[in-house]
Amino acid sequence: MAAIVDMVVHLLLVILMPPLLLGVIGKTKALFAGRVGAPFLQPYHDIIRLFRKGSVFSRTTTWLFRAGPVVTLAATATAALLIPFGNHEAPVSFAGDAILFAYLFGLGRFFTTVAALDTGSSFEGMGAAREVTFSCLAEPALFFALVTLARVSDSLSLSTMLTRVSADIWIGEGASMLLLLSGLFIVLLSENCRIPFDDPNTHLELTMIHEVMVLDHSGPAFGCILYGAAMKLFLLGAFFMNVALPFKSGSAAGDWAFFIFSMIALAVAVGVVESVMARLRLVRIPQLLVAATVLTAFSMLLILR
Amino acid sequence: MNSLADQLLVLVMLINFVVLGSSRLAFCIQAVAAQGVILGLLPGIIHPFSWHLAGITACILLAKGLIIPWLINDATRKAQIKREVEPFVGYVTTLLLGAVFTAMAFVFAERLPLAPAHKDLLVVPASIATLLTGFLVLTTRRKAISQVIGYLVLENGIFIFGLLLTEAMPVMVEAGVLLDLLVGIFVMGIVINQISHEFSTIDTSLLSALKEES
Repeated sequence: MAAIVDMVVHLLLVILMPPLLLGVIGKTKALFAGRVGAPFLQPYHDIIRLFRKGSVFSRTTTWLFRAGPVVTLAATATAALLIPFGNHEAPVSFAGDAILFAYLFGLGRFFTTVAALDTGSSFEGMGAAREVTFSCLAEPALFFALVTLARVSDSLSLSTMLTRVSADIWIGEGASMLLLLSGLFIVLLSENCRIPFDDPNTHLELTMIHEVMVLDHSGPAFGCILYGAAMKLFLLGAFFMNVALPFKSGSAAGDWAFFIFSMIALAVAVGVVESVMARLRLVRIPQLLVAATVLTAFSMLLILR
Repeated sequence: MNSLADQLLVLVMLINFVVLGSSRLAFCIQAVAAQGVILGLLPGIIHPFSWHLAGITACILLAKGLIIPWLINDATRKAQIKREVEPFVGYVTTLLLGAVFTAMAFVFAERLPLAPAHKDLLVVPASIATLLTGFLVLTTRRKAISQVIGYLVLENGIFIFGLLLTEAMPVMVEAGVLLDLLVGIFVMGIVINQISHEFSTIDTSLLSALKEES
């Protein structure tokens, strides 16, 4: 019975919570800038409004362009089934699901970039090239982190990997966990196109990465993209917070409450980073991503020793 | 030996990466100074208290944390340079090379015939990794000041190795090494000033163009 309740809560959180994180980030940034800011629920209204609109498809595009947002959202939603929230096991888990988790995002990204290339616009091609370059630099960092966690927990499944991180491991292997965490945070920011890698609010084609790829989408398709991006932030955030705050309250309800609290704390942290940092120059981005790889590789080295 | 010392050594190795990856000289100098301070504190953590130890710690903190960074900073200010512009090998490449060297240091330390008491410590791999980082900075950077920084990192690596021997080492030897280092940096500071004064650049690769007239 408890398992079913947990699963329902898991699914509800995946479906309902992601846009709230965007709202919290926006509010934090507004507070830093001394503005009142949009209400917390604004992203929900945006997405609902987009879903009520009609779509315009260019005559030069093919089915790939229409499939892009849908496949991306579907891949992200599938990945959501694999990741544990707080101390609760994921609905689906098997040995090696960590790799599926990583490559479901890869699949989503592939379809986003293919849809961007399908439009034939030179700007979108440029955005696609950037997106792929940066993500292939971020991938080794993510995998070094996964190997380290697998080693720490002696398991290849995300559920055990992430729920077994505990305060004891933090005390025993503090240095390497800290390295791992800083590497993961860089990956989290870059994968979700946040400042300092990409500015989600900019509308200047030359400087954007993710935003430029979705310029031609409109209406429900664009709604899918926004919602999928929010969900990706939510999932990678859950991955990060499971490692960062391995707190166990003992009761199921307490764990859920703590999980929701920690996700909101993460959104505030991302908002603070975005408020105090400027976007990096494009040439500096690979350097930071390589640094993330070095950090996580180093943490793996320390754990393997 | 306790885990606090190990965590500090991890920090030392992280600073290696900072030195490898940053182009701002002032930042590099601060990083090396921080590394020196951490290394100065290490003997006090590892070994039981003695006056000899306290003396060494104080000298190291003073020399590596204050005097040497001040000397290099002075040289940078006089030569009026802020960043290493064109290293022989790019930053991303050196950063990756540094990571490879660190990994190799760990592998190599496993194979060394160490005393059983020293087998599980991070000291030896950290020492080799720091040494190699120093070499890397020395060989890949163009500016004389970056090379001085590389030299300092190299010396820090040797110092970490010496940590295993602190009790066996007499004060005079330690003091002698520190004095050598200090004089070395001092002389290098003067040399850098002279180079920048004569050639209006401190790019050492230009020095190889100096030849006798035939």
